[in-house]
Amino acid sequence: MRFSIYLTLPLFLAGCSGRHNWLASAGAEADRVEGLFWVLLIGAAVIWCLVIGAAVYAHRRQVDPSLETQARRFIIWGGAVFPSVLVGTLLVWGLVILRDITADEGDLTVRVDGERWWWRVIYETSEGDVVTANEIRLPVDRTALFRLTADDVIHSFWVPALGGKMDMIPGRETRLTLTPVKTGNWGGLCAEYCGGAHALMRFDAIVMEQADFEAWLAHEAEPAQVAAGDPGYTVFAEEGCGACHTIRGTEAAGPVGPDLTHLAAREKLGAGIYEMTPGNMARWITETHEMKPDIDMPPYPDLSGARLDRLVAFLMSLD
Amino acid sequence: MTDEIDLSRLPPPEPYDEARDKAQRKRLLDVWRAPPGWKIISAVNNDYIGKWYLLTSFAFFTFAGILALLIRVQLAVPNNELFSQSLYNQLFTLHGTAMMFLFAVPIFEAVAILVLPEILGARDLPFPRLSAFGFWCFIIGGVFVCGSIFFGVAPDGGWFMYTPLSSNPDYSGLGADIWLLGLSFIEVSSIAAAVELIVGVLKSRPPGMRLNLMPLYCWYVLVVAGMILFAFPPLIAGDLLLEMERAFGWAFFDPDRGGDPLLWQHLFWIFGHPEVYIIFLPSIALIATMLPTFAGRPMVGHSWIVLSAVGVAFLSFGLWVHHMFTTGLPEISLSFFSAASEAVAVPTGIQIFCFIATMLVSKVRPSVPMLFAGGALAIFVFGGLTGVMVALVPFDWQAHDSYFVVAHLHYTLIGGMLFPLFAGIHYWYPFTTQRKMNDRAGTWSFWLMFGGFNLAFLPMHWTGVMGMPRRVWTYDLTDGWAVLNMVSTLGAFVFAAGFAVLAVNVLWPRGKQPPVARNIWNAGTMEWSAEVPDKPWGIRSIPYIHTRYPLWEQEDLMGQVDRGEWFLPDAQEGKRELIVTDILDARPLFVQRVGGPTFLTLGAAFCLGAAFILATFHLWTITLIFGAGFAGFTLWWLWTGTSRIPETPEKYAGRGLTLPTYAQGNRSPGWWAVFITMTGDMTAFMGLVFSYFFYWTALPGFLPSADRLPGFGWLLAGLALLFGSWAMTVAARGTLGRGQRGLAMALLVGALPIGALGIGAWIWAAWTQGLDPTAQSFDAMVWMLILWMGLHLLLNWVMHLYVAARVKFGHCTPEYRADLMNLTLFTHFLALTAVTTFALLAVFPLLMGVGP
Repeated sequence: MRFSIYLTLPLFLAGCSGRHNWLASAGAEADRVEGLFWVLLIGAAVIWCLVIGAAVYAHRRQVDPSLETQARRFIIWGGAVFPSVLVGTLLVWGLVILRDITADEGDLTVRVDGERWWWRVIYETSEGDVVTANEIRLPVDRTALFRLTADDVIHSFWVPALGGKMDMIPGRETRLTLTPVKTGNWGGLCAEYCGGAHALMRFDAIVMEQADFEAWLAHEAEPAQVAAGDPGYTVFAEEGCGACHTIRGTEAAGPVGPDLTHLAAREKLGAGIYEMTPGNMARWITETHEMKPDIDMPPYPDLSGARLDRLVAFLMSLD
Repeated sequence: MTDEIDLSRLPPPEPYDEARDKAQRKRLLDVWRAPPGWKIISAVNNDYIGKWYLLTSFAFFTFAGILALLIRVQLAVPNNELFSQSLYNQLFTLHGTAMMFLFAVPIFEAVAILVLPEILGARDLPFPRLSAFGFWCFIIGGVFVCGSIFFGVAPDGGWFMYTPLSSNPDYSGLGADIWLLGLSFIEVSSIAAAVELIVGVLKSRPPGMRLNLMPLYCWYVLVVAGMILFAFPPLIAGDLLLEMERAFGWAFFDPDRGGDPLLWQHLFWIFGHPEVYIIFLPSIALIATMLPTFAGRPMVGHSWIVLSAVGVAFLSFGLWVHHMFTTGLPEISLSFFSAASEAVAVPTGIQIFCFIATMLVSKVRPSVPMLFAGGALAIFVFGGLTGVMVALVPFDWQAHDSYFVVAHLHYTLIGGMLFPLFAGIHYWYPFTTQRKMNDRAGTWSFWLMFGGFNLAFLPMHWTGVMGMPRRVWTYDLTDGWAVLNMVSTLGAFVFAAGFAVLAVNVLWPRGKQPPVARNIWNAGTMEWSAEVPDKPWGIRSIPYIHTRYPLWEQEDLMGQVDRGEWFLPDAQEGKRELIVTDILDARPLFVQRVGGPTFLTLGAAFCLGAAFILATFHLWTITLIFGAGFAGFTLWWLWTGTSRIPETPEKYAGRGLTLPTYAQGNRSPGWWAVFITMTGDMTAFMGLVFSYFFYWTALPGFLPSADRLPGFGWLLAGLALLFGSWAMTVAARGTLGRGQRGLAMALLVGALPIGALGIGAWIWAAWTQGLDPTAQSFDAMVWMLILWMGLHLLLNWVMHLYVAARVKFGHCTPEYRADLMNLTLFTHFLALTAVTTFALLAVFPLLMGVGP
């Protein structure tokens, strides 16, 4: 018994450093809420002990009818005055924090569109929009303004380590600002149940040094380098992948699915759920619905052998 | 007259006569006895309906609890493939739906139907057949919704069914229809129960029990039933809009056609937040009833508790938006609703401190019910404190839709509702069965559930902090949630084991054990005056009550009641009789005769259930047939069971009190039931009005240009005709009162074509302008308002013909015309609906500068 506690403790602590942790201090907004969290947690623990202690005391003590007046005073002070002052103070503090963590503008603007069940990501730059998907990279210590929309159903955009969440609602645009302060790969998720593969709608939020970020964005803006007559691209074209997917620099310009121009440069496959490896890529193409049930992309179980290898090699070359 | 009678100076009772007592008891028994054998299902008495309601609710609780265990099994380890994504989505949707709609709210109704009349010292509720109808609707609808999972078509959109996931048939299948129609059907039964309970508390109190003497339990019932009346209708309006979009493509929630998905969230949470308090307050009511018993003294701060309950009820309607803090609302709305959400801590705090204060000035007897109440306090206070956290917007932006909120809501619901309920089960078990539950098993079940619950849900807060979103069927080891989830799963099974012990303890056959002593806990409230073994008549004679805790404060009350020294000790006419009193002072008004066992309510519930279920599958023809069957059964039930003209205008009720045997207008419970039902109906209509203004504020182009508006002239003509129809109904009431039966019938029947022309003019106004409900939200809204009016008019026609026939066959006469008075009341509400609709369709666009 004692042993098992020791065994779980490191796991528990390891959990504390999780990449979805609110308390990771990785973002300025999350930091403000973290401060609030600790005060609330300790305050709640104290109040709980006081209330339950009062109940236990009241239960244990001998009857003393002369306490009637005190009892009434106890109701007024404990039940009405104290909570009023407390929640009033908290309310003001909460609203101050709310004002601090929202902003109308950011150092950069990213549009994210929630799809079933992936993320269309568009960086607004002076040279025009840079389209990517399922991975968001941000420069450290810069405030990013997210303009959030949804195409089909309601989703919610959440990077717990960086800050709060905001819903993505069809027919509306919502906004969220995040200011990362620690580099690293933080987890992002869809927080609003969106049917089907909601559990598998994830993304990586990668916080980089400013210079690295700029280099990455410049590269991301480039079209893909596809040699004429690339055998893998031929399979891609023959199978009709371009009807849904776009690879800038080729004829594939489908608007339905994620942009694949720099697919292999992303760390994950299938909207933040699988490592980007050739093996996963091959499975993704042939056993799509085993890897992520219900999604719109049809599986290609007939693709095999050399044709599949060529296609996978081609896709893995899109960095 | 009764108004002048001084209840405290009644003539003394007649001397006790054993032969008379026996004869009276025999006659009462004959009248109140439930039908034998299988015919028991036709029983309508609150003892039976209440017990069935309770057991059925617990059956659904067990079902939803098993779903919860399956959820926990799936989440116990990362990357678990036990259940498919699709099945898991159905599991959690049905878990939430069944717990909320098939357990938490119905259990309030079940307990209230079972104990309210007895606490009031009444024989039964004023509409026993309505309770029976509500119960049968509940069980039919519940089985339908739950059964869907065995066919793999259970709802899978989450228990709050957000649009467009639920509104677009491409994203959601039959499950969404099952959810919408099945639950609308159950909502109808909830509203029926609410009407019954409100009228019960207001009109069925014993003589003398003024409002300020009413037991706390009854206050809570009144408050909660009132909340149901105002909270459920907006959801019914929302259901209607959503099903119209699903079935016929009307444009309410689709942004491409001028709809807005957020409208559903507003309508849902205007229901959904009060719902939380609808669940919570009745359980606090149980503690407020039990605590004085075990403390052996009245509650400290009685009036503060009442005021706090009312305060919570009011506040609960003003904080629904805290479920929508992450939808991008402006800061001003966030601040307002955050403040309102925090404010609710105050009246809740007062209630809890009143309980603690009562314990402070008394010596509380330890008992299993008090053990559960203590556990409830510990859990609920914790849930309340995390509630204060999530009511702060920045905190909520992190916590919302994470496991932190899952933990929070289970702490409030299980601590605020389930544990007090279990306390109540142990407390009232002897009242219902005349046996006592096993204390050792009770203690075991408590500690298993208390420990299991905390083991399952306390770590869940941390799971949320670690970023786990709710409603996910799988996660990865690298997410770091595995240990926490495993602990939660273990806790859930310990909790379930505790519930199993409790269930066995409840269901254990105790037929051979000796019955318990009467008033086993030495309580002060009237339900413990029941004889042991119990009799079906509720109370032997209906006493005059002038204290808050009559069994403590009124000497020898039980003996007086037993000897039949109080009112209505007999049933000479072979009828089930109740005393109806007035709302404020409980002066006796008249003797109400209520219906006995019948299969008609069962038939009506069956047909209505079939109609709803068939509509799910879009089998419109058979749906209509069963709808007609429902109408037939209901009319038959009303015709044979209500507003019967008494054989004598008044009767002697005992102790010098002679009471009328018939009442009409606002002296009769029927009139109040119509009034309260129509208040609920107007609330649903207000849901539509809210929708109209919501579109107008949210969408700049909602109002079309003048040439696309329904024609002003036709709308005005329609309104005039509808008013003409209303005026004829009102005139019919006057003419019948003057004895002109023929003219009254002519007016009643004549009102029909006038009304038809009126609604016809409105339909024409929209039709000629080419308004297409599938094209634009404005068009859909216009047609919805006209449809609402039309459906009410249709109902109104049936009522007119019914009352005309009652006049023709002599059941509704110049002296006894309750039917016509109730119809007139209904028609007043219709006129109000017509004016409001006209204002929305014709006047409002004009004020906004569009229109002719």
